[in-house]
Amino acid sequence: MSKEAELAEVHAGFPSPAEDFMDVALDLNKELVKNPSSTFFARVKGVSMIDDGVGDGDMLIIDKSAEPWDGCLAVCYVDGEFTLKRYVNKGDYALLMPANKAYKPIRVDADNQFAVWGVVKYLIKKM
Amino acid sequence: MAFVGLCDCNNFFVSCERVFRPDLERKPVMVLSNNDGCIVARSNEVKALGIKMGTPLFQVRDLVKKHNIAVFSSNYQLYGDMSARVMNILRQEVPDIEVYSIDEAFLNLEEMPLDTLQPFARRLSARIRREVGIPVSIGVSPTKTLAKIASKLCKKYPKLQGGCLMYRKQDVEKVLATLPAGDVWGIGRRTNAKLKALGVETALDYYNMKQAEVYSLFTVTGLRTWKELHGEACIGFEDVQPDRQTVCISRSFAKEMTTLEELDAAISTFTGKVAEKLRKDHLCAQQMSVFILTNRFREDAPQNYQIKNTLFEVATDDTLEMSERAAQCLKQIFRRGYAYKKAGVMCTRLVPKRGVQASFLDTIDRDRRASLMDTIDAINKIEGNYTVRLASQGEMDQFSARTMTSRRFTTNWDEIMEVKI
Repeated sequence: MSKEAELAEVHAGFPSPAEDFMDVALDLNKELVKNPSSTFFARVKGVSMIDDGVGDGDMLIIDKSAEPWDGCLAVCYVDGEFTLKRYVNKGDYALLMPANKAYKPIRVDADNQFAVWGVVKYLIKKM
Repeated sequence: MAFVGLCDCNNFFVSCERVFRPDLERKPVMVLSNNDGCIVARSNEVKALGIKMGTPLFQVRDLVKKHNIAVFSSNYQLYGDMSARVMNILRQEVPDIEVYSIDEAFLNLEEMPLDTLQPFARRLSARIRREVGIPVSIGVSPTKTLAKIASKLCKKYPKLQGGCLMYRKQDVEKVLATLPAGDVWGIGRRTNAKLKALGVETALDYYNMKQAEVYSLFTVTGLRTWKELHGEACIGFEDVQPDRQTVCISRSFAKEMTTLEELDAAISTFTGKVAEKLRKDHLCAQQMSVFILTNRFREDAPQNYQIKNTLFEVATDDTLEMSERAAQCLKQIFRRGYAYKKAGVMCTRLVPKRGVQASFLDTIDRDRRASLMDTIDAINKIEGNYTVRLASQGEMDQFSARTMTSRRFTTNWDEIMEVKI
């Protein structure tokens, strides 16, 4: 081995045995946000969904583009406010179901200003 | 025939605000400039009231009240993020796009068969509306200039569902007949005045001019627009990013300033921001102007407007050098006894950094300073704006007078949407 090559070897050190198995570290964004263009975050305020495990201060990961399905956890816009309920489509009207015995279902029809704004994909709770 | 698309977000700033305020759909909404001075975005309902772009808010206060217009301060963090979302979708669907401004992008559609273009434009438009919540107009034509016109048609005719293919000669001519010449991309105010004098009113009149006449009156630029209207593509991809001519930072203050110290802090901050912008675009300035002005709408107060220009021997992007010079300029123009409402720093005569002429009389070690600036920019990028700054510099936000700003729903954890349950 030439002097130069010997030196180079010393300077290079040992190759990491893990090098061939290098992987990218886990990224929560990749796992929880499938479509960044249509994903929005929101903070929950209130207790009407507590039996579904959604409590005050929890964070929602919302997909604005998802088509709502019966019983999905939907962020709805009703008469000037965002709310979170289970969405049930009844044809002429829709029912927004709470998950707390102290609250009644909300009935919305053509007289209300109503839209399903997005569908909740994940819920993040601080323990 | 190769086609190009233009995707233009409808009343973009207004549409961004409406995503988080669905109740404002079909209601009059407008957005104000950075310091709440002028109107920079209007919903269709506001346009219908005859309120013009750039009108100062105070001139339309009565209309705002009468028609219950929702007024927002500009929220550029939100608009920037929403724009990035739109552009991302465009990139997913079209490999080659050219972002032209915050709310516009050209799409290279040359690979697509003619019969797929119209449905594609509509589907893309619907996808952006569904996913981001922003309505867009996509025009598809053989040239960029025509694509711009086609996208305008989408706004006029909801039936087009946000996608319009325009290429047949008879269609183009029919549309151009209804379009004022001044509305054509590339026909500026000066050209338009000349055209008017010649009796050229509509885009079709311009289209019908003789090629030689267009060339002799408006040279190569005018001819380019004329050819583009005739379906001959002259403006390629990435051809139209003109070098910045000026970099300017100015603000109206929430509270008027009367002392040199106050103004000094503001000017120093603006200068730092201007220098940072120059470095980001790899430009250097040969000239800088510092200006201060009183509130021209306050008839009861004495008025003063001052501007001081200064030249740099060696074109610069150096915060230290520029701040020192700006402070000197300010000292020369500041007058006691006036209440200053607005101030700004503007750099002109910009040259690419690589092309800067050195001077052997130069007293600054440019290489060392450049690496200092790079370091500051790098730290501020990682640690947040204004982590490292001159002692005289303040934070930009303190000089803004925005009072009706919506939340930064998508860029700040403390301001995300709130859902009441």
